Amino acid sequence: MQQIINFLIRYKIFLLYLFLLLISLVFTFQSHSYHQSKFLNSSNYISGSIYAFSDKITSYFGLREENKRLVEENKRLIDKLFNNVLLSPSRIDSTSVNYEIIRGRVINNSYADQRNYITINKGENDSITQDMGVITDKGILGIVENTSNSFSTVQSILSEKSNINAKIKNSNHFGSLVWKNSTDYKVVQLIDIPRLVPLTIGDTIVTGAMSSIFPENIPIGTIKSFDLDNSKSFYFINVELFNDMTNIGNVYIIKNLNRKEVLELEAETEANDQ
Amino acid sequence: MINSNTFLIALRFILLVLVQVLVFNKLNFFGYINPLIYILFLYWYPIKQNRTTFIILCFFLGLSVDIFSDTLAINTAATITIAYLRPTIMRFVFGVNYEFQSFKLNNSTKAQQFTFLALLIIIHHLVYFTLEIFSFSNSLLILQKTVIIGISTLILGILFSTLFSSKKE
Repeated sequence: MQQIINFLIRYKIFLLYLFLLLISLVFTFQSHSYHQSKFLNSSNYISGSIYAFSDKITSYFGLREENKRLVEENKRLIDKLFNNVLLSPSRIDSTSVNYEIIRGRVINNSYADQRNYITINKGENDSITQDMGVITDKGILGIVENTSNSFSTVQSILSEKSNINAKIKNSNHFGSLVWKNSTDYKVVQLIDIPRLVPLTIGDTIVTGAMSSIFPENIPIGTIKSFDLDNSKSFYFINVELFNDMTNIGNVYIIKNLNRKEVLELEAETEANDQ
Repeated sequence: MINSNTFLIALRFILLVLVQVLVFNKLNFFGYINPLIYILFLYWYPIKQNRTTFIILCFFLGLSVDIFSDTLAINTAATITIAYLRPTIMRFVFGVNYEFQSFKLNNSTKAQQFTFLALLIIIHHLVYFTLEIFSFSNSLLILQKTVIIGISTLILGILFSTLFSSKKE
């Protein structure tokens, strides 16, 4: 007994180190699976407020550019609206609304890591929950991962865990959008497109219909280059993003009102299958 | 004396975390170079102190940086590793000298200070990027990031430590 206690006292620093290392490794690897650690994320109150404060100061420097972008977007939307209304006077009633849009602002953004996260200034108080899609005026940005009362973190498409259903706009062939080359923040990869699909450099890639997170046809990027993968039966396509991931200010969070129903139905079908 | 020392350490802790997450995490020089400047906390920390407190402090230092930058607990693991290895590194760099009561970091030569900081950074970055990338197929990327970001941290670290070195001596 004496010897055990002596041993513990002698190596207490080393044991403490091992214990702390174990804690940090557990935090690291439990979240390698799907969702980020519940405790260690920047959507909590303290870091959220500090980032919000810092954004308050720095956002002034980009106001002119931000305005220009918003006006551009307005112009595009007004174009669409007028052309549509003239053709068929559409009537909006609440039963035909599938998506609800919440606006938000990026208060912290990273793109140099392997798993990048964006912090936004909207949280549960603004009815934001996990797995909502986040887009900007130019294209897709990521998926909400953790929320607190007034902040949330978004898993960026620049993350090795990211996997989003996407398709080629003109041919409707769909594949998965992933991020393999993790040092280039301008380019993501589209995989699982069969080799018989005709491709041209410059083709537009948009989100597919198989996702319950994003609506169909949200722009993602254009084909930069493509090659066959190791199995020689699928393409490995480099997609240049429309979004400049280094410069994001205002974002839109998409709430799919039918998502719950879709997921329930899918779960039911799967259960019946077995 | 004790109080002012504790206060200084607490101030350093907070300022280094804030500078790290608000300035250096957003630097993105050449797209991916973000120096991890908060390591200077371990460089500046007094030598004659309880090692248990030191490791626990470093654990919280890494954890705060992790929470802000959404990097799971990678910073924590890397920081406590160098906190644990610090006495070994110091014995290697300064010889047995450093165990004497009169030893101060400012008394050592520039070359020794440089080596000490460089060793801290190399070990920290190696652990950090190994955990971040975590695949042996990308070992080249681990080395590349360790070297390039390590050099940037080293340059900034030297600048900072010269800028804020205590002028008591």
